[in-house]
Amino acid sequence: MSDKPRLTREQIAQRAAMELPNGAYVNLGWGIPNLIADYLPENKEVYFHSENGILGMGRRARPGEEDYDLVDAMKVPVTLMPGASFFHQADAHLMTRGGHLDVAVLGGFQVSEKGDLANWKIPAAKGPGGIGGAMDIAAGAKRLIVCMEHTTKEGAPKVVRQCTYPLTGLACVDTIVTDLAVIDVKPEGLMLREIAPGWDIEELQKLTGAPLISVGRASEIKFV
Amino acid sequence: MRKKIYASLDSAVADIRDGARIMFGGFGGAGFPNNLIQALAQKGTRDITAISNNCGTRDGELGLLFKNGQIRHVIAAFPGPHAHYFLQQFAERKVTLELVPQGILCERMRAAAAGLCGFYTTVGVGTEVAAGKEERVIEGKRCILEMPIHADYAFIKADTADELGNLTYRLAARNFNPIMAMAATTTIVEVEEIVPVGSIKPENVVTPALFVHRIVQAKGIRYV
Repeated sequence: MSDKPRLTREQIAQRAAMELPNGAYVNLGWGIPNLIADYLPENKEVYFHSENGILGMGRRARPGEEDYDLVDAMKVPVTLMPGASFFHQADAHLMTRGGHLDVAVLGGFQVSEKGDLANWKIPAAKGPGGIGGAMDIAAGAKRLIVCMEHTTKEGAPKVVRQCTYPLTGLACVDTIVTDLAVIDVKPEGLMLREIAPGWDIEELQKLTGAPLISVGRASEIKFV
Repeated sequence: MRKKIYASLDSAVADIRDGARIMFGGFGGAGFPNNLIQALAQKGTRDITAISNNCGTRDGELGLLFKNGQIRHVIAAFPGPHAHYFLQQFAERKVTLELVPQGILCERMRAAAAGLCGFYTTVGVGTEVAAGKEERVIEGKRCILEMPIHADYAFIKADTADELGNLTYRLAARNFNPIMAMAATTTIVEVEEIVPVGSIKPENVVTPALFVHRIVQAKGIRYV
C-alpha cells in the first residue's frame, strides 16, 4: 500500500462541510460526520437535525453548561441555536425518511458502485449490531454523503463493486468523501471529482474495488 | 375525575404479570422511566417482552432488568455499546432480539396507536430487516410491509403531569415517550411534578390526558 499522505479524519470532515449548502437542514451520523459541525466555513449557516428530536442543535456544551436532557444522538450534551425546536422521535424520523432534510452525512464500512451502503454491522464483530436511524436516513435523504477512509486498516477497498457487509440501503449514496477522493455516484458509475494531493488516478484505482470514471484530470482536493 | 395518581412506584406496577409486553421510553440517557424500571425489578416480573430504542447502559435503564434475567425478548433499534447485560444474555441465548430501524420502530408503534394494521415502507428493502416480509412495488418503489407493535404497558418519563394526566416533556427527553404513551393499553408515567388541573396551558400539552392511566411522582434518575 502506498505510504503517501492521506487526508486526516478532520480533513475529510472539513471537505464534506463544503458540500453543505448555506441554510441547509442537515443530519450528521456517527464517526467522521460528527466532526463536520466543527469545520463549517464561517460564512455558512446550517441547521443541524438530531434524530432524538432536535432541529437547530448548536455546538457541544462546555464544562458546567451540560444539561443531560439536552443531548445529541451520541449522548453528548449540546446547546441550541436560536430558533431551535423539539419534537418526538416519530417526527424526528418523519423528517429523515420523508425527504424533508436537505443533506444527510453518514459514516460507512462499504459503498458500492451503485450507491448501496453498508454501515451498521461488521460481519466478524460479536453481538447483533445496531441499526439506529441509519436505514431511515439512507432511505429518505434527499442527498446522502458518506464520509469514510478509502480502505480498511488492512488495506482492502471500501468502495466496491458490491457490498459484502450487511446492507443499510440500496442505491442511496450520492457522494463519497474519503481520505483520498471525492466521488459522485452516477447512473453511469463512480465519477471521480477530486483526488488527494500527490496521488494519481492509477494509484487511486488500485485501492478502489470498482472502476472510477474520470473526465479529464480530476482536480486536487481543496478545502476552500 | 378518574383516579390516576398512585401514591408509590410499587403500587403503579403491582399488577404487571409475567410475560407482559412493555414499552420503555428514553434515548441517549434522557427521558428514561428509571424509577418505574427499578420498581419492576423489585417486583420481579419475568419473561418480559421489552420494546425500547436501546438495551440499557451498564446497570442503568433496561440494564437492570437484563441483569436480573427478567427480559426474554426485546424489540430495539440500537442495543448500544454499554448494554453489557443484554449482550451477555444475547450471547448465552437467554434473550432474543428483533432489530428494527429506529423510525420504523416509531411508526409501528404509532400504527398500533392509530388503529392501523400495518404500512409499506422503502426502509430496509434489500437488507436483513426485509427477511420474511411481504414485498411489493408502490409508485415505482420497492417496499416492505411492516406490522404494528402493540404493548400491554408503556413506562414513560415526562416532566410535568396535571392531575388528569396531561403531560409536558423537558427538552430532548421527549423522544419516544409520547409515541409509546399512545400505543400501549396501559400507560404509566413517572413525572418530576404533579400540578393541579388547569396549570398546564392547553396549547403546551404534548400528551393529552386520555393516553395516561397511572401517574407517579418521582425525582428522575439519570445514568450518564
